[in-house]
Amino acid sequence: MKARVTVMLKEDVLDPQGGAIAEALARQGFHGVGSVRQGKVIELDLAEADAMAAEAAAIRMCEALLANPVIEDYEVEIVAGP
Amino acid sequence: MRTAVVVFPGSNCDRDLAVAFARATGRPPAMLWHKDTELPPGLDLIGLPGGFSFGDYLRCGAIAAHAPICRAVADFARAGGHVLGVCNGFQVLTETGLLPGALIRNANLRFVCRPVGLRVETATSAFTQGYARGQAITLPIAHHDGNYVADPATIDRLRDTDRIAFTYLDNPNGSAGNIAGILSENRRVLGMMPHPERAADPALGPGDGTPLFAGLATALANA
Repeated sequence: MKARVTVMLKEDVLDPQGGAIAEALARQGFHGVGSVRQGKVIELDLAEADAMAAEAAAIRMCEALLANPVIEDYEVEIVAGP
Repeated sequence: MRTAVVVFPGSNCDRDLAVAFARATGRPPAMLWHKDTELPPGLDLIGLPGGFSFGDYLRCGAIAAHAPICRAVADFARAGGHVLGVCNGFQVLTETGLLPGALIRNANLRFVCRPVGLRVETATSAFTQGYARGQAITLPIAHHDGNYVADPATIDRLRDTDRIAFTYLDNPNGSAGNIAGILSENRRVLGMMPHPERAADPALGPGDGTPLFAGLATALANA
């Protein structure tokens, strides 16, 4: 089972990289872009054959290591069946 | 007084920290590898050095925080041992949860490497007793991710309990409350982004990092 984990800075944590991307987009003429947030995507190839079990395992990994709950939120998506 | 310095793959200030510990205490520290699971007996102080442990992958300090040695360091800290984390070491301490908050990318997105002015906010700790409260000192910083963040309640708690050790006089990285270094609740764990070990060698002139190590040696000499 494959899981895709998306880790983003919490809404109330300033994202300087997202800010820099927004400025660069505006300089290139892409107007109308509101705020930009940058995060990371982590793909996991999991031994679990069951989607629910795979999701639970990925969530445990997020809590333990993949995300820092002080500054980050995460989302787990199961992207491929057996 | 017995000291140790932890070495992770990618640490690069471990030797500087070891030299500073040795000069202050008169004996060389034990050098501990990240895969070690036990500490040598009778330790009084452990240093977590600056650098780029595990290439700063995932988040600065995150992978180091889960290295086997860090379990032993956390047990040591919880049992009342003194731990000094400098730069990447500070990031490791927040990732282990031994210190609150987190360190994110500098607000100006630049790697900042220069001496900065600091204010000593408390002299009430083994680490800062060699300074006077309110004293202005200069230490070098060298980091890309030194922007201290914590929720307002945590910042207030740190302030109210006199746990902010150092603040920047001219904030170089966007840190909340100009925070450059903080203490644990029992005041025995210090994390700081500036590098005292880079300002503690007589060959480089009278460095403002020296009182930190001298103060530690005095405080822990009879420990």
